[in-house]
Amino acid sequence: MIIDHPLLGPRDAQEFVYLGDATLIDRPDWQAENAAEAFHDYLYLRDNPAGEHRELWYHEQGDRSWLVVTRNTLTHEITSVELARDVARARGRGR
Amino acid sequence: MRYSGFRVIKEALTGHKGWTPAWRDPEPKNEYDIVVVGGGGHGLATAYYLAKEFGHARIAVLEKGWIGGGNVGRNTTIIRSNYLLDGNEPFYEFSLKLWEGLEQDFNFNAMVSQRGILNLVHTDAQRDAARRRGNAMILNGSDAELLDTAGVRALYPFLNFSNARFPIKGGLLHRRGGTVRHDAVAWGYARGADQRGVDIIQNCEVTGFRIENGKILGVETSRGYIGAKKVGVAVAGSSSRVMEKAGMRLPIESHVLQAFVSEGLKPMIPGVITFGAGHFYCSQSDKGGLVFGGDIDMYNTYAQRGNLPVVEDVIESGVALIPALGRVRLLRGWGGVMDMSMDGSPFIDRTQVEGLYFNGGWCYGGFKATPASGWCFAHLLSTDRPHEVATAFRLDRFRSGRMIDEKGVGAQPNLH
Repeated sequence: MIIDHPLLGPRDAQEFVYLGDATLIDRPDWQAENAAEAFHDYLYLRDNPAGEHRELWYHEQGDRSWLVVTRNTLTHEITSVELARDVARARGRGR
Repeated sequence: MRYSGFRVIKEALTGHKGWTPAWRDPEPKNEYDIVVVGGGGHGLATAYYLAKEFGHARIAVLEKGWIGGGNVGRNTTIIRSNYLLDGNEPFYEFSLKLWEGLEQDFNFNAMVSQRGILNLVHTDAQRDAARRRGNAMILNGSDAELLDTAGVRALYPFLNFSNARFPIKGGLLHRRGGTVRHDAVAWGYARGADQRGVDIIQNCEVTGFRIENGKILGVETSRGYIGAKKVGVAVAGSSSRVMEKAGMRLPIESHVLQAFVSEGLKPMIPGVITFGAGHFYCSQSDKGGLVFGGDIDMYNTYAQRGNLPVVEDVIESGVALIPALGRVRLLRGWGGVMDMSMDGSPFIDRTQVEGLYFNGGWCYGGFKATPASGWCFAHLLSTDRPHEVATAFRLDRFRSGRMIDEKGVGAQPNLH
């Protein structure tokens, strides 16, 4: 698989380390009433879809950036690659 | 029809006209007592033991494609009972004991061959870990022998003992481990179940569950609605997709594991060898092909094929361990979709829906578990209580902190 890095261009997937579903960006509020329950679901449960999947990849052998890759789990086709930083900011996370 | 040497000779002399189909192809009935979703090894074994050991009738196995077309036909055929943790090892030892009597039990030649599994060690720390694992195995009724370098050399003189980075310092030998003809496992269970009245319904995809007031009523299928008092799902590889129809999210990711077989060679590797310094394991089939595999591809996928970097990695490890592999030509490679669970261990449990039961999360260790998985799932479906060797395989174990993390890497499925 080739991942089209937003800054570096097309790179072999071998340069990256895979983490998992991009919902891992949405860490629950640890002070919320239901924090224990929310962290259980966040840590352990996955949608695991067959089809389009947004997922986190880390460019370990490159610029060390985190990417959100949209990839089809049935065909391995990659339709979009974004910097995880931009995705997180758009969701109101980070400063 | 009972299979025997006498029967083979009789049929050979009479033009092979007396053989009958090994199982029927029945139309689905409107209702069953128990419906097992998934006609793979685990589903067929479940139906077989439900009928044979737990005395149930009116059982159906529903299979989307053809029986044995999934992971039971896509593995590297290894059976073993060499786990460390208390939640696992009694279960796998029960499974290995069932393998030992399986062919007589279901009257089918599954070519169970206890040729021994050798896990190599390359460092002092690995030897300590192997000693600890071996002791845990012996305490649970399994067998283990710690070999030194000379002991390994006597068994496998062709390994690369003097690799500068990973010299072979010994190994943990599990003599009762071995290999089995994988397809024959599905066929043997299917035939045994069919003979006891189980309806095996192929080309019948489950498209939904009918649930009312938290209780299962039956399943919607591509061949119409089928009512059931109890439904057991054993569809590893597709668990998330099927259980989603019952409104469940599982602690599972789907990953692809590749395996390879070489051209046929003269007998070279008598047992199963696993490399301790990389992920690589190898055995030789009775046809002579070297069967080997390594890591999963590491990313979520439902495609039954992998990518080239893992092929390269597996073969590099293989050649590092067995230099002679460099001269061997690869015949074919394939991929199977694994339920990778959050702690690397499986589930055999009830769900929040009354009468709906789940079996899955086998990671890439499901084949060896087939008999015990079927037996324990049948026990759960029949009695509503977990079998004594499968009490740890609960779906809620992450909530209660009772993970069975054999490798100790935490909630990162692709690392198990």
